[in-house]
Amino acid sequence: MKNKIILILASLLIPFFGIAQEATVEPQMADTFRSEGKIYVVIAVISIIFICLISYLIYIDMKLRKLEKNN
Amino acid sequence: MIKWWKIAAVILILYTLVWGMLAPVPKLNILYETIRNLFYHVPIWFAMIFQMGYSVVFAIRHLSKNDLRSDIISNQAAQTGLFFALPGLLTGCMWAKFTWGTWWTFEDPKLNGVAIAILIYLAYFILRSSIDDELKRARIAAVYNIFAFVMMFVFIMILPRLTDSLHPGNGGNPAFGKYDLDNDMRMVFYPAVIGWVLLSLWILDVKKRLAILTHKKNEE
Repeated sequence: MKNKIILILASLLIPFFGIAQEATVEPQMADTFRSEGKIYVVIAVISIIFICLISYLIYIDMKLRKLEKNN
Repeated sequence: MIKWWKIAAVILILYTLVWGMLAPVPKLNILYETIRNLFYHVPIWFAMIFQMGYSVVFAIRHLSKNDLRSDIISNQAAQTGLFFALPGLLTGCMWAKFTWGTWWTFEDPKLNGVAIAILIYLAYFILRSSIDDELKRARIAAVYNIFAFVMMFVFIMILPRLTDSLHPGNGGNPAFGKYDLDNDMRMVFYPAVIGWVLLSLWILDVKKRLAILTHKKNEE
């Protein structure tokens, strides 16, 4: 009987353990997202866009150089 | 035949685009992964301030040498700087929406300061376009440019530090202290600043050469 009461009282404490665990949760970071979530695809896309823009800038630069030579 | 610093700009930015996404960052509440915006949003503003500085240096050069070439460079640098303010503002709005909860807030002195600085520089272009005589325009624009740069510096670098601001590094404490930036982030942030400043110089280089060419054509 005594054991049962202790058990019931102890079971009342269970939610508090749950709360204690929640309180120590770390800020949400995309940890698994980076290892499994194909983030590399996004990086590749950003890099391609940047390289395209730079290629265009180089093209304009070259064209301008030609014009400068002709003058 | 591409100059070395142009190649350096591409390599540095490409490195920060890739490693900026993968580098370990401090885990902070509210910010979460958006702390990575520091690698992209802040260097844009550095490039803008650099261009405005470049512009004022050539404005002073024009006043001492009285040559039109310096005036052209000064004007083009101000245009490039103002152009960089656009992505700076847009990325800032985006970041603010998802961390401070609003696109724009008039509570923050840095945001207000930037808005005023942009208006001051818009007035610079209006002033330029309202004067027909070339030398007169160059001289008046150069004088106004010095005023504009000083006002911009006061509005975005000094005043935000005197009051409370949502931006880190304002409200009295210096930016990029150990709480804002750890060593992993420095390895990305500083190359990003150099890379974007060099890229802005490249854009200025193209704009400047085009403007000088057009000027020559008009004189013929």
